[in-house]
Amino acid sequence: MTETTSILPDDDILAQALNWKKNGRDVALATVINTWGSAPRPAGSQLAIDETGQMVGSVSGGCVEGAVIQEALEIIKSGEPKTLEFGVSNDEAWEVGLACGGKINVFVEKLD
Amino acid sequence: MKTTLLEELQQARADKRQVVLATNLASGDQKLLYPFDNEDKSELSEAARNALRYDKPATFESDDGPVFLNIFNPSLRLFIVGAVHIAQALVPMAAGADYEVTVSDPRRSFGSSFRFPNVTLDNRWPDEALEELDPDRRTAIVTLTHDAKLDDPALQHVLKSDAFYVGALGSGRTHAKRQQRLLKAGFTEEDFARIHGPIGLDIGAKSPAEIAISIMAEITAVLRGKSKA
Repeated sequence: MTETTSILPDDDILAQALNWKKNGRDVALATVINTWGSAPRPAGSQLAIDETGQMVGSVSGGCVEGAVIQEALEIIKSGEPKTLEFGVSNDEAWEVGLACGGKINVFVEKLD
Repeated sequence: MKTTLLEELQQARADKRQVVLATNLASGDQKLLYPFDNEDKSELSEAARNALRYDKPATFESDDGPVFLNIFNPSLRLFIVGAVHIAQALVPMAAGADYEVTVSDPRRSFGSSFRFPNVTLDNRWPDEALEELDPDRRTAIVTLTHDAKLDDPALQHVLKSDAFYVGALGSGRTHAKRQQRLLKAGFTEEDFARIHGPIGLDIGAKSPAEIAISIMAEITAVLRGKSKA
């Protein structure tokens, strides 16, 4: 008597991104590519955003997702990928920076 | 990212393949790498292999700029031979550490869902169950029965696989006898050296739960490269 478990959970971020795309929506993917100091989510963590601003996943503990969504909507229009920097060392980004004092880089790309 | 590439990535994940998404951060160019499917010795392949091995994404400095290597490893799996008391303590710990756990024991009074709720139970002979499980680089196996009839067939099966961790419960004396039997069965000293025995990190564990902790700690140490495989 055996059971099988699917490797892809129901809340799979990439599955949701693909699903949105198949339903005719434009989609962007954000991925944490580097962290320094105390960062809430490790490199590799992902957030998928659709053209209406809906999101699944996370790139921080909720600290920078708002700013990432804004950039993602721009990138959906332009189609040009971009690396965003958030953290204490960037004074201008402090408004949307990480309260924990860490620094993260987030790569944002459109799903073509 | 191209939708077709994302579809290929999702298929690879569903097929439980170890896959790396390589993204050139300057150009946005992307490709999927399956570094364990070939012997390629390039720095990129080695970096991708290490990222998968340590379960940690990495950035590779290529001639064309930084390349982010995001990793997609299949779930970790733990196969336990022997539905014994230690197994009852080990199952929830392993599940909590995100392992898909299977408990194998043909003795139904041991391997019952009463003793093991919420876990995959397999009442076939362990080597038969392992045949179907097909242990890979993300699989750990522990034998806990002390009974050569059950433990040995499982060990003989997994020593031919790529399982990252093999551990066998039993004293130094039991382990020495096990060595003799396996060598007689045609396995080499090198094969035998893959078995962690007596099982677990030496933390002075006495109770079943403490022994389970020492086993889980040893599996973790091997997985994360802090201890020999």
